[in-house]
Amino acid sequence: MDDTRDGSIGNSMPFTLTVVGSVAAVAALPVGLSGSRELEYILSIALGSAAISVLTAFILLSAVGLGGRGYAIAAGAVVGAVLGTVAGGPGGGMAGTPTGAVAVWFIYWIHYRGYRNGLPPYLSSRQVLWYYAYRLICGLVFFFLIAPILVILPLSFNAQDFFTFTPEMLRFEAEGYSLKHYRDFFTNNEWQRSFRNSLIIAPIATAISVSLGTLAAIGLSQSHVPFKRSIMAILISPMIVPLIISATGMFFFYSQVGNWMEGSLGLEKTFVGYVKIVLAHAVLGIPFVIITVTATLVGFDRSLTRAAANLGANPVRTFFSVQMPLILPGVISGALFAFITSFDEVVVVLFVGSASQKTLPWQMFTGLREQISPTILAVATILVVISIALLTTVELLRRRSEALRGMSPG
Amino acid sequence: MSAATRAGPVLAADGTPLKRSLARALRMQKIRALLLVAPLLVFVLITFVTPIGQMLFRSVENDLVADTLPLTVAALADWDASAGELPEEPVFNALARDMIVAVREKNHTKLGTRLNYERTGMSSLFRKSGRQISRWDPEEDAPFRERLIDVHEGWGEIDTWKTIQTHSRRLTPGYFLNAVDMQLTPDGPMAQPESKRILIKLFGRTVWMSLVITVTCIILAYPVAYLLANLPLRKSNLLLIMVLLPFWTSLLVRTSAWKVLLQQQGVINDTLVWLGLVADEARLVMINNQFGTIVAMTHILLPFMILPIYSVMRTIPPAYVRAAKSLGATDWTAFWRVYFPQSVPGIGAGSILVFILAIGYYITPEIVGGTKGVFISNRIAYHISFSLNWGLAAALGTILLVAVLILYWCYDRIVGIDNVKLG
Repeated sequence: MDDTRDGSIGNSMPFTLTVVGSVAAVAALPVGLSGSRELEYILSIALGSAAISVLTAFILLSAVGLGGRGYAIAAGAVVGAVLGTVAGGPGGGMAGTPTGAVAVWFIYWIHYRGYRNGLPPYLSSRQVLWYYAYRLICGLVFFFLIAPILVILPLSFNAQDFFTFTPEMLRFEAEGYSLKHYRDFFTNNEWQRSFRNSLIIAPIATAISVSLGTLAAIGLSQSHVPFKRSIMAILISPMIVPLIISATGMFFFYSQVGNWMEGSLGLEKTFVGYVKIVLAHAVLGIPFVIITVTATLVGFDRSLTRAAANLGANPVRTFFSVQMPLILPGVISGALFAFITSFDEVVVVLFVGSASQKTLPWQMFTGLREQISPTILAVATILVVISIALLTTVELLRRRSEALRGMSPG
Repeated sequence: MSAATRAGPVLAADGTPLKRSLARALRMQKIRALLLVAPLLVFVLITFVTPIGQMLFRSVENDLVADTLPLTVAALADWDASAGELPEEPVFNALARDMIVAVREKNHTKLGTRLNYERTGMSSLFRKSGRQISRWDPEEDAPFRERLIDVHEGWGEIDTWKTIQTHSRRLTPGYFLNAVDMQLTPDGPMAQPESKRILIKLFGRTVWMSLVITVTCIILAYPVAYLLANLPLRKSNLLLIMVLLPFWTSLLVRTSAWKVLLQQQGVINDTLVWLGLVADEARLVMINNQFGTIVAMTHILLPFMILPIYSVMRTIPPAYVRAAKSLGATDWTAFWRVYFPQSVPGIGAGSILVFILAIGYYITPEIVGGTKGVFISNRIAYHISFSLNWGLAAALGTILLVAVLILYWCYDRIVGIDNVKLG
């Protein structure tokens, strides 16, 4: 068949068989490689699987045809399951089932030009090929982004103290998995103390940055603010300055402040330690609050506050019953940013804090640098779950904020 | 109304001229805005700007010599170092008196450590002679010149005195010279000995690796951003979650993931061995070197590149590319000549952001970088926590800060400080 522009029928057996054969040969290469490194062996595996799949494709397409597509895919899944179980136990079966189904689906997809569905009919073959190649590239980048994070989830259930998949895990056997790293996290004193410290420090730091930051953002969004640019630059600076430099500066500063508070004010050492870290974290969270809240205030309709004043509300009442509910989504997402900044911060704690203020990230950092224990993976999994929850909340809030602003006129 | 009142100034309801009344309202508004901003501004100024300022000052501060040896410094002021002769008795006398005080207050070892940065051997000189001098009496045991040289021959060397004299000033450029692999010698600034020249190389490596990371990020981010920008909003929002999830995940989680993946007994090596691509005894070394740092940091900083490029691409009207194609351009020409130039601002913004973040990174290089993949920030941390050479740490930090501020200024020029968006 020529490459017809209408793309309605245009299926050609030689083309299908060539594609299927070469894909099968390439897919079989790793299997061959894992068996032996001799060229003949690898070649024979590749050519053998190519021949088998070409034969399968030919039989399927000429004998079964488009009508039996559903049955053919199901049969593929069964064959894949059987072959996989024979070769590699239950794990192999679980991998073989989708492989078989996808292989059969692929044969039909190629032959009946499923790849042109949903694409403009005027595209040339090269454009179609590029379309899929491009999707593949993007898929690989997404894989690079997500896979490292997802890989640690199953690894955290490892029954062994290894950082890789054990043969038992790959065979999906129950004894390959356990909750022992989670148990360790919840019973080990050091992990628990650091977790508690994080839960003490982060909320207080967040409260400071949110209350001061929201006030300042409201001030900055007024129409006439002198030195607006320089003030903004100063308030944003904790985000711009590299953490190591902030930490260095704070190291010198807070050692003097700590001495002063312990010496002149006679405060307790542990308490002073917490105060130092809370203040340091609060200042790091401020830029995020400022940015999110000012972004919300950009769309704020000023006539609402004027109307409230007109109706007799004093400024405080106006703020709490008119302005606050409208900018609340921005304030909350700013708070979440500030919280995660503090909850995730290592460098400043490392420099400013002492052992009794050890936070969770600090504990993880020492664990990673010195003796890496698999408990870290359990902690990491818990943190990933927390960040998914936070991400969802921020996303919902953003939508709500947009909806609210869409409601207000102007 | 008479003509006279009409010609006068317009009055507000309370009888004051409208102009003045408006000016007062404006002033009130400004004051109210400033009052709202003031608490935070004061807080940031005290707990952030002051520490940074202190750090900048510490990079030139040099009080220790002048504070610990005040008499000696005064006596040495007249000594001509270039004459090639040891100082006279008054200087030795002053030193002995200073040292007796310093040993009593246990300051002499600190001073020894400080001067040891400049000339090796000074630390042991001060420590060893401190023990003997503590038993002396400033009046009875004089003269001190021969006695001191007896205690330690270091006092008989002209270079010792030259070092003390050179570093007795209260403000010194010495730490900055050290930071660029030079040293302040009695004969002026000189290059460090070959074996001690590591910092310039480290600065170079930091910049070079940050550039590599930035370029890798551009290459990986561009196609993804393009895809996100050209999909229907519902699909692209779904895919955007895949970009935002790493962005929200703890930095340490991502770093530990890479440590687990890249290890010699890690997941990637295991997979490669299983596939037969790598022999079991020749597992790849992917961690504790530059490769590990570059891969892990590219992964960590990639969202910071995707998001700015994406937000710029969203604003590019698709009609331009369609127009170019209908005028006969091929796909490539339409992309390269029409679409790409419009997306360059996004690349610029993302690149500067990623570069600024990369150049000051500490945690990830520390964990996956080994010795070959560390950045200048790791050196700063080393000087803060281990070598305790805080002056040098402050000088290195100052140089890094200046570099970042220059880049940030460029960012402000290109993107604008107010356009920083999150999530």
